[in-house]
Amino acid sequence: MLEVQNLSMRFGGLLAVDQVSLDVKEREIVSIIGPNGAGKTTVFNCMSGFYKPTGGKILFEGKEMQGKPDYKISRLGMVRTFQHVRLFTQMSVVENLLVAQHRHLNTNMLAGLLGTPNYKAREQKSLDRAAYWLERVGLLDLANRDAGNLAYGQQRRLEIARCMVTEPKLLMLDEPAAGLNPAETKELNQLIISLKEDYNVSVVLIEHDMSLVMDISDRINVINQGKPLASGTPEEIRHNDDVIKAYLGEA
Amino acid sequence: MQDLLYFSQQLINGLTIGSAYALIAIGYTMVYGIIGMINFAHGEIYMIGAYTALIAITGLTALGLAWLPLILIVALLCAIIVSSSMGWAVERVAYRPVRGRHRLIPLISAIGMSIFLQNYVHLAQGSRNVGFPALIEGGFNFSADGAFEMSLSYMQITIFVTTLICMTALSLFISRSRTGRACRAVSQDLGMASLLGIDTNRIISATFVIGAALAAVAGLLLGMYYGSVDPLFGFIAGLKAFTAAVLGGIGSIPGAMLGGLILGVSESMTSGYLSGEYKDVVSFGLLILILLFKPTGLLGKPEVEKI
Repeated sequence: MLEVQNLSMRFGGLLAVDQVSLDVKEREIVSIIGPNGAGKTTVFNCMSGFYKPTGGKILFEGKEMQGKPDYKISRLGMVRTFQHVRLFTQMSVVENLLVAQHRHLNTNMLAGLLGTPNYKAREQKSLDRAAYWLERVGLLDLANRDAGNLAYGQQRRLEIARCMVTEPKLLMLDEPAAGLNPAETKELNQLIISLKEDYNVSVVLIEHDMSLVMDISDRINVINQGKPLASGTPEEIRHNDDVIKAYLGEA
Repeated sequence: MQDLLYFSQQLINGLTIGSAYALIAIGYTMVYGIIGMINFAHGEIYMIGAYTALIAITGLTALGLAWLPLILIVALLCAIIVSSSMGWAVERVAYRPVRGRHRLIPLISAIGMSIFLQNYVHLAQGSRNVGFPALIEGGFNFSADGAFEMSLSYMQITIFVTTLICMTALSLFISRSRTGRACRAVSQDLGMASLLGIDTNRIISATFVIGAALAAVAGLLLGMYYGSVDPLFGFIAGLKAFTAAVLGGIGSIPGAMLGGLILGVSESMTSGYLSGEYKDVVSFGLLILILLFKPTGLLGKPEVEKI
């Protein structure tokens, strides 16, 4: 469903991403790994419309995505998270989920002022969906708290819930396990697998936590210094000499 | 007793003018809250609202319409429509093309917009001030032993009530409606809101339009209250409302309301107890003090540097 072909991103003299390709099929978890500064997040930024890539193509369900504004890309079903949590901290937990459904709602202001039945029905539907996902990530009790007051692990889960209420087809998670303790990482692990199995979402994952990556990935792409280094199943990657060299240095 | 009545009179005058300042200040604060820039053409949008209302009133009266509420409502709607379109256009012409550039660039293009609008009205309407018919006359009078009289005019009551309605409607809109929710999200994290599929350009346009509509309401009210308008009508009022917004904490809507009222009351108290000449000294002195001792304003939150 997603095909990235020879993606390149140049910032002045720096070629941050050089001819990276990857593809993601339906209901597949694909990881991007690589040493710090390898250009993983830059790939995400190109895919989500943050940067306009200087070369290559990004095809999502056959349509070219490169250079499209970010809100259009997310409306087509590609949604991302960031390395650091970016919730609307001064809004309540449930509002964070409601605002993410903005585009699904009829935004006619007049209908809102008059409180037409249609408006109310849609609002109710979005509330139901928000409640469903809060329950799913175990935050229902905290629905009316300000998102900024949640514990870190809860904020991480809320972020994933917020992506899911937009009904994405492809979820891009940038280091979702960063800062989580082992128990929380395990929960996250199960959550991501369930997104794939129960909700038919494909996932692209950037992660440093190798146990997580090896556990849940269907395929792994390794990039190093902006260039593709290897790709394959977790088993293949584990035994790939180039990858071991890039991570451990040459002996 | 007389002292108390005198004081109450100043308080009423101050709250009247202050609530109108607050209406204008909301336009500054909402735009700042969302894109972090000051809309320097906002005073002009308010002035154009006042002119539009005046033209509508004159036209309707000339057509022989005599029923006052209808005249006022039509004039108000005309002012809102014209000012809102102006607000929308200002954003499209002076802000959107330069958004994301250095902060000084939109600032200067907005000042250019303000000069343009002011001079356009000079040309189109003449530079002399034009009388604004006092449509709402009379009021209540209170007196102690027939000495000093305190008056509360129907016009002042109209200003209070209208402002109260607008503020309540705005608060409900921001806290309850979907668009209001999206406005809050955009003001907290524009990039993230955009990634979640919110069309941030539309939300930014909406803020300009809402701010302009409230300024138009203030334009009609203050035009009637002062009894005349001129092309510089928006300049001082704009500065005052901007002061009110900073006083209350720019970016905060309750702050703009509070700032407007404080500014209005302190001005009228100065006029009443010192001298009218010192009015502006006090209001801008207040601004300097606030900027020195509480730069985020009374209800503003300290700016957290985003990582």
